[in-house]
Amino acid sequence: MDFPIFHLDFFGDRMLVAFIAILHVLINHAMAVGALPLVTSLEWWGWRKGDENWDRLVYKLVIVFFIVTTSVGALTGVGIWFSTSLVNPYAIGSLIRIFFWVWFAEWVVFVVEVSLLLVYVLLWKRWTGDRKPRHIRTGFFLSVASFCTLVPIVSILSYIMDPGLWRFDHSLFYAFFSPVYMPQLLFRFCMAMILAGALSLFLVRVFTKSDHDLRTRVVRFISLWILAWAPPFAFASLWYYDVVPKLMIKNLPVALATVEFQNLYSSILKFIVLSLVALAAASLWGAWKPSRVPRWTWAALIVLVVILTGQFERAREFIRKPYMLGGYMYASGIRVSDYPLLMTQGILPNSEYVSSHKVTPDNHLQAGKDIFMVACSRCHTLNGLNNMPARLRGLYGNKPWNAKAIDTYISTIHGARPFMPPFPGTARERRVLAEFLASLQTKRYNAEGAQTVGVPSGRE
Amino acid sequence: MYVPIPKDIPLPQPASLFFLRILVVVTFIVHIAFVLLMVGGSLFALVYEVAGLRRPEYERLSKEIGKTVTVTKSLAVVLGVGILLIMNTLYTVYFYTANALTGTAWIMIIALVIAAFLLSYAHEYSWDLLADRKGLHIALAAGAVGLFLFIPLIFLANINLMLYPDQWDKVHGFLSTLVLPNVLPRYLHFLAATVAVTAFFLAWYFGLERFPVDGALPGFTRPQLRRHFFAIALGATAAQLLFGPLLYLTLPAQTISWGMTAVIGTGALLAVGVLGLLWMESRAPDERVGNRFWSVAGLLFLTVTFMAAGRHMVRENAIRPHRALVEAKTMAYMKKVAADQDFLIIPGGLGGAPEPPGESVFKKVCAACHAGRSRLVGPPITLIQAAYKNNPQGIVAWAKSPYKKLKGYPPMPPQHLPEDQLKAVADFLLTAQALNM
Repeated sequence: MDFPIFHLDFFGDRMLVAFIAILHVLINHAMAVGALPLVTSLEWWGWRKGDENWDRLVYKLVIVFFIVTTSVGALTGVGIWFSTSLVNPYAIGSLIRIFFWVWFAEWVVFVVEVSLLLVYVLLWKRWTGDRKPRHIRTGFFLSVASFCTLVPIVSILSYIMDPGLWRFDHSLFYAFFSPVYMPQLLFRFCMAMILAGALSLFLVRVFTKSDHDLRTRVVRFISLWILAWAPPFAFASLWYYDVVPKLMIKNLPVALATVEFQNLYSSILKFIVLSLVALAAASLWGAWKPSRVPRWTWAALIVLVVILTGQFERAREFIRKPYMLGGYMYASGIRVSDYPLLMTQGILPNSEYVSSHKVTPDNHLQAGKDIFMVACSRCHTLNGLNNMPARLRGLYGNKPWNAKAIDTYISTIHGARPFMPPFPGTARERRVLAEFLASLQTKRYNAEGAQTVGVPSGRE
Repeated sequence: MYVPIPKDIPLPQPASLFFLRILVVVTFIVHIAFVLLMVGGSLFALVYEVAGLRRPEYERLSKEIGKTVTVTKSLAVVLGVGILLIMNTLYTVYFYTANALTGTAWIMIIALVIAAFLLSYAHEYSWDLLADRKGLHIALAAGAVGLFLFIPLIFLANINLMLYPDQWDKVHGFLSTLVLPNVLPRYLHFLAATVAVTAFFLAWYFGLERFPVDGALPGFTRPQLRRHFFAIALGATAAQLLFGPLLYLTLPAQTISWGMTAVIGTGALLAVGVLGLLWMESRAPDERVGNRFWSVAGLLFLTVTFMAAGRHMVRENAIRPHRALVEAKTMAYMKKVAADQDFLIIPGGLGGAPEPPGESVFKKVCAACHAGRSRLVGPPITLIQAAYKNNPQGIVAWAKSPYKKLKGYPPMPPQHLPEDQLKAVADFLLTAQALNM
């Protein structure tokens, strides 16, 4: 309403955030949180055995992780902030006001982590001989710092899933003591360990083309690593799996949504079982006959765990709707508390960047489009992903779309589709939005964001 | 003239404004210091590698400088997160507005920095591999430097645009924000600072006892290298005598105040001190070069601190009157919001006359798709009544699991409402009153 509306009408705004965030989570979990303890353990083992070839191989792994995490990994982390502040400035702006000190603490941990990482990687070849123990200790502290980066951010993710009673007393207590906090933290941590193992096994195959003896020993070590993390991973997955629906029931007492959710959710259980069986089988195979395991095994394992994680992320998204911040702000970025005012006085008079601040007899379509941009465009487009013409065609087919029918539909949309927020404006605004939507059957509009067309100039 | 007055996010700031403002200046200084070293280091490495085509000792120098970029660029990014966090909370309206108005370029920063970093790594790790293909190796460095020089422009455009709400409705995308007054002088100021600070840093780095000049950089002596970089720092700082006043004079009037002029002026005086000391260092005999290093460092630190504080005052001066309007509007709006809370009219929410349960469930859940006599999404109630005359239980069963699709209609989702609600709505559907829905 009061920030210029950034909008990607083809790609979809949420897709921008999702793309950057998923890339970041995978790199961060696999190549930092999980990889750093793994390579430190590998380094320690090689040092104990006095095996220099082993050490050189581990160094190669470290360089790969270093290059990817400090470029794509670090920048996609910043990218989550950049993209969310473009797509939903109300939500991220509110979250930052609420969680400022949590994020500040996270930042301090980041600075420590990156500094230690630079020391660890760049002094690998200089801290040898007598100084090797010091180097391994650095790796240990680096691993701890890397784990510590999860501690604050998971609290924020837990808050988004279940703000508890935050909206009554604005206390951060609800983030860290949310019932989903511990299981989620443990799940992400164990998942990181296993992903790092599978990814390293994949890389080891590439780096040990000639030395089969070394390959055999390293593959066995990492297979045992995965095997060791499998039981806590199983425990964490089931715990997390158990807790999520309880939040769902607490937050969304809408029976309809529960059924859809159960369908989605039963598939997660299948993936948990499948991943655990595959994990156990692959790692036992790797530990027993290290030289026999084909490379695709590890790639398949990575894919499986990534899909499992993706399923949990989807469940996380699902139980959050129709809210962005449970009970406080809808996915549209409009606060729940603003509804009474907006429904009596209107969206248009209370929005800064719209071309007209009231509905007049001759501006129906333009006003309807403005209302679409303010109230719908965070999730819907006109010409791309999740676009309105396709949605309407699904409801009304190819018969003439009727503005009155659409109007009625919107007025109870949150009842029929519990993941949708209620319409926030006046009955008149709802009507012009319906007229605009009905006109989409025969007309095409460009919905360009403020990044290309700027904002309307002047108020009437 | 129209000036947009948006509302702020109505949540309190996480700390006192005074404290946050101190924090914003401090985190800016640590971030920008490493940005300067990153951009400057890449630039120097490129220049010396080109010079190395004729004189091999410069190639070795380039290699050594390139190594520092591996460190400085990672720190530049991670330290930037701090200032980003504080800008988000302290200047929410201003920062987000500028971000959205330059959105495409703003989000491209992520891709561009990743590209620049990957090019840097490719360059850093291919000295041996591309030893015979110098052109390609230099092209990698040039690509990274090109990006490193372009990216700050996007930041600058944002940081500049956020100061001028009267321009917000006049810009159309990133390129149009570049022509606002003051952007170019700020950029020149930044470039000169890049060269000055990096050269000064290198004068320190190559002066470290631990750095093996004789082993790593044959062809140079330590004092010679240090004088060289002191001289470059001197030249770049001297250029600021031109760019600084240019920047000051192109500032829009509303950003200038006596206090800010005094702070910037003090910074400028300190810079003159820096110039003098650098001049002496660049001409010092071998055994004395670097003796004044820490004096220069101290003065330079003070200069940067005064300049950063002055820069912050420019921002505050520009925003202050507008922010008062934003605060007043936000307060007025929140008052109206509070007044309307007693009048909760969210459909399905509290309040309103109680409706018979069947009708209320119908309105909440079914009315989106069904109406009395006309087709909306699903069939009209007239059809439903014809099909289920005296058979409400049939409607309940259907609603729980709609097993087939009516020809020409989209499928209906199963309605897992409590049994009593389903029964109530089924009864209601068979009344005459339902036909008026």
